[in-house]
Amino acid sequence: MEYVISVLLSGVSVGGQYALIAIGYTLVYGILRLINFAHGDVFMVAGLMGIYLTASLPISLSLPLVIILTVVLGFTIERVAYKPLREAPRMSVMISAIGVSYLLQNTATYVTGGQPMTYPSIPFLSGTVNLAGTQTKWVVIITPFLVLGLVLALSVLINKTKVGMAMRAVSKDFETSRLMGIRINSVISVTFIIGSALAAVGSILFFTNYPAITPMSGAMPGLKAFVAAVFGGIGSIPGAVIGAFLIGICETIIKGLPSSWDVSVFSDAFTFALLIVILVFKPQGLFGEAATDKV
Amino acid sequence: MENTAENIALHIENVTMQFGGVVSVNNLTLDVPEHKIIALIGPNGAGKTTAFNCITGVYRPTNGLIEFMGKPIVRNHPTGKDAKTYLGENADKYAKESTLSPTPDEITKLGIARTFQNIRLWKSMTVFENVLVAKHMRAKQNVFSATFRGNAAEEKRMRDETMALLQEQGLDSYKDELATSLPYGLQRRLEIARALATDPRLLLLDEPAAGMNPQETLELADFVREIREKYNLTVFLIEHHMDLVMNISDYIYVIDFGSEIAQGVPDEVQSNQRVIEAYLGVAEEDAV
Amino acid sequence: MKKSKNYIPALTGITALLLFVVLLENISSIIPGLPSVFDPTSPLFTVLKKAAVYSLVAVSMNLLNGFTGLFSLGQAGFMLLGAYTYAILTVPAAQKDQVYYLFGGCAFDFSIVDMFEGIFGSGGAGGAFSMILGVLIALILAGCVAGFFAFLIGFPVLRLKSDYLAIATLGFAEILRAIFQWQKLGPITNGANMIKGFPTFSSFNITDASGNVIVRLSTFVPFLITSLCILLIVLLIHSSYGRAFMAIRDDEVAAEAMGVALFRHKTLSFVISSFFAGVGGALFAMYVANAQAKAFTSTMTYEILLIVVIGGIGSVSGSVLATFLYVACSEWWLRFLDSELYFGNFKVPLLRNGFRMVVFSVVIMIIVLFFSQGIMGNREISFKAFRKGKNKQ
Repeated sequence: MEYVISVLLSGVSVGGQYALIAIGYTLVYGILRLINFAHGDVFMVAGLMGIYLTASLPISLSLPLVIILTVVLGFTIERVAYKPLREAPRMSVMISAIGVSYLLQNTATYVTGGQPMTYPSIPFLSGTVNLAGTQTKWVVIITPFLVLGLVLALSVLINKTKVGMAMRAVSKDFETSRLMGIRINSVISVTFIIGSALAAVGSILFFTNYPAITPMSGAMPGLKAFVAAVFGGIGSIPGAVIGAFLIGICETIIKGLPSSWDVSVFSDAFTFALLIVILVFKPQGLFGEAATDKV
Repeated sequence: MENTAENIALHIENVTMQFGGVVSVNNLTLDVPEHKIIALIGPNGAGKTTAFNCITGVYRPTNGLIEFMGKPIVRNHPTGKDAKTYLGENADKYAKESTLSPTPDEITKLGIARTFQNIRLWKSMTVFENVLVAKHMRAKQNVFSATFRGNAAEEKRMRDETMALLQEQGLDSYKDELATSLPYGLQRRLEIARALATDPRLLLLDEPAAGMNPQETLELADFVREIREKYNLTVFLIEHHMDLVMNISDYIYVIDFGSEIAQGVPDEVQSNQRVIEAYLGVAEEDAV
Repeated sequence: MKKSKNYIPALTGITALLLFVVLLENISSIIPGLPSVFDPTSPLFTVLKKAAVYSLVAVSMNLLNGFTGLFSLGQAGFMLLGAYTYAILTVPAAQKDQVYYLFGGCAFDFSIVDMFEGIFGSGGAGGAFSMILGVLIALILAGCVAGFFAFLIGFPVLRLKSDYLAIATLGFAEILRAIFQWQKLGPITNGANMIKGFPTFSSFNITDASGNVIVRLSTFVPFLITSLCILLIVLLIHSSYGRAFMAIRDDEVAAEAMGVALFRHKTLSFVISSFFAGVGGALFAMYVANAQAKAFTSTMTYEILLIVVIGGIGSVSGSVLATFLYVACSEWWLRFLDSELYFGNFKVPLLRNGFRMVVFSVVIMIIVLFFSQGIMGNREISFKAFRKGKNKQ
């Protein structure tokens, strides 16, 4: 029983961290129809920044700085690598995203020397607590609440503010919004800023609970978060969050199965199997809208 | 049509196409007799292109039957979720019969070819290749014989026929140009040539005169008649240029908001009060 | 593409290239005292071998992404299938117990090479013939297994739209990688460990009785196989089917309306592309002399995709050219960026391990952003173009 609770707890926590990344994917896809392959790597870079900044600055300063610098990174990537390709075929933008991902991974390898880096222990988050008879890190308990709080704040932003309205309009119809005088580029920048900030928060939570960061650490959580976004219906924030929690829980359950079965190698593969099943049977996801093509 | 002695090439019966809560084509019934030129007209958004898309297999109609040369080719009735939200008529008429929903290429293979309202030529290919691809469907070869050049005679036949067709259409001097580099009028003509290359019995033309000047439109009328004779075709067309429609059509169907509002020979349609109200008043301005 | 009677110059060109490769890899033993670049251990030959293997995979990806317009990212998965099929089929039975020692031997006690040796004898010419035949058949089967899986996976995923197809095929490759690392399948796949001991490129070197190499063919072999495969792909592209693929790429709706059976042709292109990716994967296993699932990551697919982009999406010769440039830069010409460099006491800044790949990815981003046509666009290097060029001058 204790074992089950601890598996579920860490599942919810991992799911929450995926959710923070998934929101970045779903927002960007909703507006640009682009799978931002570099998003997972932005998440990884945020983790590395956490390591380097906490080494020289106090936590109270370095953590906000991580978020700010990640936002700057996300914003710059959009301006440099995606904006010039606005009129190009979708495939070109996706290739550019893959190129950025490659660049971030290689730069990270260069900077770290390819060595796995240990994430600093952040007071409070890394501390443990005894819950229902199991030792759990605080981060595991905090994550779901923090995620829910951030999602609520985000839905207020999207549903109540002017920029949120613009974002909704652009995701419905890119061209018409442009004609109606919405400043498309600002809206897209805001989207990337929100996505990157959430990814930075996600990285702090995720890596606190994780032994080490390598340059490839972002790729897999990134892809899983994307699958979560597809699962929930791409473009839908609640969908992405629910999808992320489901994937996080399923993944920890698979990892927690008896080791004699040796199925833990499938914890990643499971996500993709789920993806293919969804795409085939319900391509619009749980909360997405179906679209018809005009001929 | 009143004259039942002639053979019907295309028979559309109770076809309804519903997208969500919008009925684009409503209970449409019409006949296209063999070797005739029949027009489908109506204001913008009346559902004309949707009707074409139902015939050519791009859309699967929600309800109704389509027959080609006396054989049913498309048949459907609303089921499941569609049955609950269905807003059209005759929901039960085809419920007992099996449904038929061929893909567009299967329809083309039966002998129905089409052109598009917004020209859809293959942009990276030359004029010659655009027509040559349309010959692929009826080529007697598989991927191995094609790759290993096992059937050179077949490839030669396809190329020769393509060349002959281009010559007939007066496009042979452009054969190595990129299709999209041609002037607009010639692109339209190339699209028709490409459709002819599939050896159709019935040709569907979606606004063939769109973007043409009066002179070109006039020539188009002769051209359509000419290809009808030459290739023994039946022509079914959507058009906004009233001059052209009244000039070449043997019979006209008028639809508005997806439903038929009138039919008849050009003179009858021209004097029909409902048509004038729904359409012609607007179209006169458009057709300048 | 006019009615092409230019097979003859093309075939002559390929034959000349192959002869040149044989000459190049043996020249150091014919003429002693040449610069060390011509030594058999020189990076030149590593580059040539690896680039020959990669160019086949790049061209196979271009067939799908560039000529059919299907954006698939499953290439590494199909390479994995090819590599494992080849390895499992060709490891000699005598070596299997040693390779699979963790699992108490291999469940699949069969080797194509052994089978032919049983017929033709294992020594001398018979042995050589057995190996060549065995390797050849194993390569074809490697392609077939990859193609078969492409057929199975194609059924659900080829109905998806561009970016969903990309992510689904990427996912499929990841699933395969997990399955092949599963310890329960150890008796077949050797679990997460590598399979070794099968014939590699250097097995084709001709040795004398005492084991000294007389004639080197280890670079020639990948060139030969890759040239044949690329020739087949080019023939396909220039056939009626290739034109139908391009019609799908340019406008799917128009292609279908003109009688091109969409799903059938997409499947065909996917299966054929995967077949050659499978052969490429088998060649890759021969090149690195082992087969191991963890090598076939999505990073490998990205690398090949970037090569295709650099060469020009829709250009076979562009892909080949880009592969050789890419591999030469990453394995040889830009190696110096990875080691620290001193001029007297002055240490050149930035140079240390990993810098090469950073420079590389920056160059790639520049190409993607500013030269989106790549080296060749969708044109091809051809004899006709050469002649035209000469006439202009």
